[in-house]
Amino acid sequence: MIEIGHFLAFLTLTLSVLVAFVGLRGNRALAGQLSIAAFVLMTLSFLTIVQAFVRSDFSVELVANNSHTMKPMLYKFAGTWGNHEGSMALWCLVMAGFGAAGAYWLRSDRPVFEARVLGVQGLLGVGALAYLLFASSPFTRLDTAPLQGSDLNPLLQDPALAAHPPMLYLGYVGYSFVFALAAAALIEGRVDRQWAKIVRPWALAAFVPLTFGIALGSYWAYYELGWGGWWFWDPVENASLMPWLIGAAFMHSVTVTEKRGSLRSWTVLLAVAAFCFSILGAFLVRSGLLTSVHAFAVDPLRGSLLLTGLLIYGSFALGLFAWRAPTLKGGLDHYLASREGALIGNNLALGVATLTVLLGTLFPLIAEAFGQVMSVGEPYFNLTFTPIMALALIALPVVQAWSWGRADWASLWKWGAGFVGVVAFFWLIGFGVFDIPLLAGVGFAIGVWLIYGAGFEIWRRAKTAQRLFKLPVRVWGMTVSHIGLGVFVLGAVGETSLRSHTTLALEQGQSAELANWTFTLDRVDPIEGPNWYADRASLIVERGNEQIRLEPEKRIYPAARMPTTETAIHSTGAADLYVALGDKRIVDGTPRWTFEVFVKPLVDFIYFGSLLVGLGAAMAMVGRRKKVSE
Amino acid sequence: MMRARTKRLYAVGAATVLIACAVALMAFALRRHADLFYTPELLAERGQPEAGQRIRIGGFVQPGSLTYGDGAEIRFVIEDGSAETVRVSYLGIAPDLFREGEGVVATGAFPVSGDLFEAEQILAKHDEEYQPRELRDVAPAS
Repeated sequence: MIEIGHFLAFLTLTLSVLVAFVGLRGNRALAGQLSIAAFVLMTLSFLTIVQAFVRSDFSVELVANNSHTMKPMLYKFAGTWGNHEGSMALWCLVMAGFGAAGAYWLRSDRPVFEARVLGVQGLLGVGALAYLLFASSPFTRLDTAPLQGSDLNPLLQDPALAAHPPMLYLGYVGYSFVFALAAAALIEGRVDRQWAKIVRPWALAAFVPLTFGIALGSYWAYYELGWGGWWFWDPVENASLMPWLIGAAFMHSVTVTEKRGSLRSWTVLLAVAAFCFSILGAFLVRSGLLTSVHAFAVDPLRGSLLLTGLLIYGSFALGLFAWRAPTLKGGLDHYLASREGALIGNNLALGVATLTVLLGTLFPLIAEAFGQVMSVGEPYFNLTFTPIMALALIALPVVQAWSWGRADWASLWKWGAGFVGVVAFFWLIGFGVFDIPLLAGVGFAIGVWLIYGAGFEIWRRAKTAQRLFKLPVRVWGMTVSHIGLGVFVLGAVGETSLRSHTTLALEQGQSAELANWTFTLDRVDPIEGPNWYADRASLIVERGNEQIRLEPEKRIYPAARMPTTETAIHSTGAADLYVALGDKRIVDGTPRWTFEVFVKPLVDFIYFGSLLVGLGAAMAMVGRRKKVSE
Repeated sequence: MMRARTKRLYAVGAATVLIACAVALMAFALRRHADLFYTPELLAERGQPEAGQRIRIGGFVQPGSLTYGDGAEIRFVIEDGSAETVRVSYLGIAPDLFREGEGVVATGAFPVSGDLFEAEQILAKHDEEYQPRELRDVAPAS
């Protein structure tokens, strides 16, 4: 079967070449049909890989290296993309999928433009497929099939991580289509309000899964790695954050182009940048150039190929941009204090924030070129990224109320006074009641400020309760997203500044206290799962009359010869009680078990907030838009 | 309305000032918070950095050196094939693949007095094949 898949992938490559050729020549109908055909073939090809995994066909090298007969069915299936080659096949599939979606849904009065979009998408597909077939083929057979496979890294055998790569790829590759839309518009030299209107839902279609993908990855790291953190400022994490930031900036600037016709060249540049950052992300993750806590099987050759791809596509797009940028002028005039000005400010903040992440991520590479080995950790990002974003978020509710063209500064002092009031309030309760640090008080104030600001803005637009629900869905989407940001900030600040942590070494029956909770080790039992065995500790956790049992595990996956930590988490609503089981130590003849114990206030807000951000963007995507005319 | 050129000048000026501030901030943060990487040999050569300065030390866990202190503390010795070694203390659970004789990268700082490195994070192999990147050129002692 896998040979058929291999053949189909080659056919898809051929079709992609044809799509590029036909599309760039401007034949909309044929390019559309070929794009859909390419998607169908790539789907079938991908299914042959899935089938090899599901049926544990160990004569296929990829399956032998990454699967095992004892593995639960879900992870046999999801294991298809739990490795480099399979995930690149998924990448190609999503890319072809966006081509087909474009062929189906792009319906404007500009067929030549649409054909070129499909053509550029085909061209990107050629690169991805060539990389798949010639540098990371999942279709290789082994001469002699082993009786058993060497299993998927057990850390990846997890529901959140089964869904994480497809989500992330929908986002990354979604920006390939935004890139195609930008490149096609540049070829025509026609970036206008109508173009912005066409692009916007596609940009959101990439932004939504990217948001969910990052949140899922962070959630996975939180409960599976057992370190208690949800973001480590690790290169692999930063690699996904950068396209997200640029994507967020693009979403805002494309609105200006759509509504007012201005910021054209900047919007196009961001569309190009979002995709370049996506490939840069893939490069950073796969090349192994940077030390990451999330290790991936890495290969310098693949890294350099990805870098070459990035340079080719990037310089192609930037060349187009340099050629056409002087013609991309126009739009309505505006003052600095105007909604345009506000959204430019948003872009400036998100752009600079991206730069700080980029510099922090790449600095070790630059230093290494000068013979110095180093790494850049959380303190750097707390000092750069965080204050920039904090300023932008404080400004958000204020400038959001500014109108297009020209806003008045008159009410600015009210906003200023309002913010100082919120900060003072939080500082006072924080200081007086909970004894929290000043900066945390400011952080909480920003979270509440954002939620209040989002509510204020939608009320300002509706004016009456009846009209509230007649507002366009995209206004509701924006509101939900901005509320989500506020909720996220509350969670992030709460978790970071108020968490309690200790490491315990307990004998059976011993207890210890953390943040008013008493943790008692009841017993430790050996248990067995489908493809693992484990020690399961059972702790009784008490506070007053509340009693909870937490059962963290230390699993061993014999096939992969690897232990994993299964944390036990109980959410009280206000906080997570989080316990990870460590190693067993024999001290003076008595066994002691070690535990990482955290009490993490508001941590659920982080994930709930991210969910709202994505949900709001999804609402903005499906919401019906008014017709615009140039 | 203001003249378009004056207005653009203001906007570009404001953006430049903001970006300059951000760059200055980044440069400052990098000077303070780039964690240098040392092997035990390099550490002996350059001398112990000042107390509290966050650094990373990489090498291999010396076989037989792992001991348990009070509570959850572990102590071990990092070696790199040279004559030099570094003693490390870590309060916490070592990663799943932390073992004697295996590669390790410890992030932390030296205390005000003494040469017992206080690690706040321990990075070991992530799976059977992966080795922290800095350790490619560091040979195990045996």
